[in-house]
Amino acid sequence: MADTSIIPAALSGIFELLSPNPPGWGGNLLRGLAHSLQIALGSFGMGLVIGTLGAYGKLYGGPVVRDLAAIYTTLVRAIPELVLILLLYYAGTDLINRVLEGMGYQRVDISGLVAGIVVLGFVQGAYATEVLRGAIKSIPQGEVEAARAYGMSPSLMMRRITLPAMLPHALPGLANLWLISTKDTSLLAVVGFAELTLETRQAAGATKAYFLFYVAAGALYLFITLFSNAIIGRVEIWARRGMPSVKEAR
Amino acid sequence: MKSILKTTVAAVVLVVAGMGAASAEQLKVGIAAEPYPPFTSPDASGKWQGWEVDIINALCDQAKLDCVITPVAWDGIIPALTTKKIDMIASSMSITDERLKTIDFSDKYYNTPTVIMGAKGEKMEPTPEGLKGKIIGVQVSTVHQAYAKKYFTSTAAEIKEYQTQDEANQDLAAGRIDATQADSLALETFVQTDAGKACCEIKGKVADDLEILGPGVGVGLRKGETELKDKINAAIKAIRTDGKYDEISKKYFNFDIYGG
Amino acid sequence: MSETPIEVPIETFPIHKEKDSSRKAGLLQPHRIVLALIGSALVGSTVYFMRWDWLHNYGDLIMQGLWRTIWILIATVVLGFLLAVPLGLAQASGPAILAVPARVFCTIIRGTPLLIQLWLLYYGLGSLFPQYPWIRGSELWPYLRQAWPYAVLALTLSYAGYEGEVMRGAFASVPKGQLEAARAFGMRRFTIFRRIWLPQAIHRALPTLAGEAVLQLKSTPLVATITVVDLYSVASRVRQDTFLTYEPLLLLAAGYLVITGIIVFLFRRVERLIPSKLG
Repeated sequence: MADTSIIPAALSGIFELLSPNPPGWGGNLLRGLAHSLQIALGSFGMGLVIGTLGAYGKLYGGPVVRDLAAIYTTLVRAIPELVLILLLYYAGTDLINRVLEGMGYQRVDISGLVAGIVVLGFVQGAYATEVLRGAIKSIPQGEVEAARAYGMSPSLMMRRITLPAMLPHALPGLANLWLISTKDTSLLAVVGFAELTLETRQAAGATKAYFLFYVAAGALYLFITLFSNAIIGRVEIWARRGMPSVKEAR
Repeated sequence: MKSILKTTVAAVVLVVAGMGAASAEQLKVGIAAEPYPPFTSPDASGKWQGWEVDIINALCDQAKLDCVITPVAWDGIIPALTTKKIDMIASSMSITDERLKTIDFSDKYYNTPTVIMGAKGEKMEPTPEGLKGKIIGVQVSTVHQAYAKKYFTSTAAEIKEYQTQDEANQDLAAGRIDATQADSLALETFVQTDAGKACCEIKGKVADDLEILGPGVGVGLRKGETELKDKINAAIKAIRTDGKYDEISKKYFNFDIYGG
Repeated sequence: MSETPIEVPIETFPIHKEKDSSRKAGLLQPHRIVLALIGSALVGSTVYFMRWDWLHNYGDLIMQGLWRTIWILIATVVLGFLLAVPLGLAQASGPAILAVPARVFCTIIRGTPLLIQLWLLYYGLGSLFPQYPWIRGSELWPYLRQAWPYAVLALTLSYAGYEGEVMRGAFASVPKGQLEAARAFGMRRFTIFRRIWLPQAIHRALPTLAGEAVLQLKSTPLVATITVVDLYSVASRVRQDTFLTYEPLLLLAAGYLVITGIIVFLFRRVERLIPSKLG
């Protein structure tokens, strides 16, 4: 992808600009990449927690819980992430602090990193809810009934039956969510958080080598995706062990 | 199973709260997260530097405040202040009546003229007539946007809005716009770079309009925080008189940036 | 299974057909009424307590932004789909010389954020213009000068990348027997494609198409970052002019919610028109 011949600057100049040490801006990009990965991991994890709660709420909750979960997933999936990020970024932290102050606590100072994780995690949670709900639903009913007949407690049943049985069904969807979460971190550039995309924009603006830096950032994102895909492939093979092989699983 | 979830949620909440609560005593000084030389720009090691960064650090030293530079998106910098994400704005923000409705300002700490920059060799006057049929780029939420809207809308072909001044400069170099309006120092700095030399030149100052362009640049503060405001104002006076202000300015400029 | 299908109007973007049946019966349960009351109270209080006096000043601008968002959405979905068909076909059954580039294209588009693609096209390419003065003399220059062609190009490529992957699966899942039967009838290859293969593949892809169209709608606000004045950009301008943080964003969210609802509704209609007996 990085067709360096279009860039008229000499090759050595490119290496100089991308070098990880201070005259070059590579270090900034890598720092941004680290921030992006932190946020992606954090929001994915938070999305899983919300998703598990949401899926259980949607499947086994009372009517009110079910409706609330449906409203949550509907709203989040219908409104652009960018708008949600802006709303939650300003409103969310403001709200938390007002509640804290109202309860007599000191206001907390929510860092950009935490705000980013929470905001994207909230978005991820809606999609994770749907993925996990579908996966849990696809467990053969007989297995759950058999477990109940053996007198398993709900927590044991979740650990021994539900989780392992739903994992292969949930993995493709979750893998997709992980890839989305790595790419969605770029949206935080719009609120001024110094992740990979914003660092790239600043490096590009400061050096005027726009083309070079955007290609470099694209290559970094692509690397994350390909690397993730390789790992996901292995995990899927592991999770599907003992199951009939399915083509077109994704 | 519920208990597992509960502990997880509790752990997450604790982590979030713990990570956040670290530095509540520091004052966060918001600057626009974009290269805006010579005032604020990131260097290759990720540090923010420039005249304005030096000045704000000097002010904080003087007022004995523990300040930390916090980059935020320019178009959200006022909401960031009002929702307490940051505590001050030191981002070349002009004091205007419009902004004073929402936030407060310290006294000015510099004032420079507003100029029009256009493509090299093209005839252009910094007046409504002189910009007839041109596409003018301005940065959003700036006095320049307000000025261009008031004076140039009727004659110019289009007024394009950019998130950062750097992008407007870039589009002028690419030939997508014919002119851009901004602070004279920021544009002069750009014209001296290789990219700027090749494409653009300053066409001249625009006619002043105190109501829109304001009396100068001040530190943006939340309304009602008079104690902080007094401290900052006192600090501005102090570094003006003890020579610190001139000492910093000499590193960047060969004239008086404070203005009349 | 104990699950009674519950449905709020626009919940399902990937269209689930099974859910349509018991919709009306469940709508008026007591807790629903309470929830609806709470919801309308929330909406009512935002209307009452927040500032909306700016609305009449921006009415025209909002309409322009809305229109631009919608035409960009429609243009890029249509163009992107037209591009996705050959991309999917090439990957499903093309020779390696076509299949490999198609796969590389899809991987790159799907592996990088749209924001980076957009900025690379707009600012990255733009930064190369000054080095090639002849570009400014060319007939394309009046278009290259504006922002919307880049927005349309980036969004089209993005949609084609994602949908190309979907179409690959859809083409591959059409039963081989049907294609063989068509060949036995003596149909020419193009006729087979036009009459058998493509319609079946599209039918299979239709439920995901609705979802992808909604995702595309959700991507459109990014064009505001390259100076295209869409709905989102209008809301930002209101935010900047009035210093109101929440009101324009809430209105914006509501706007996108409505457009999403319309998209889902339209796709459901279309899907119902097509007889759903898959081979």
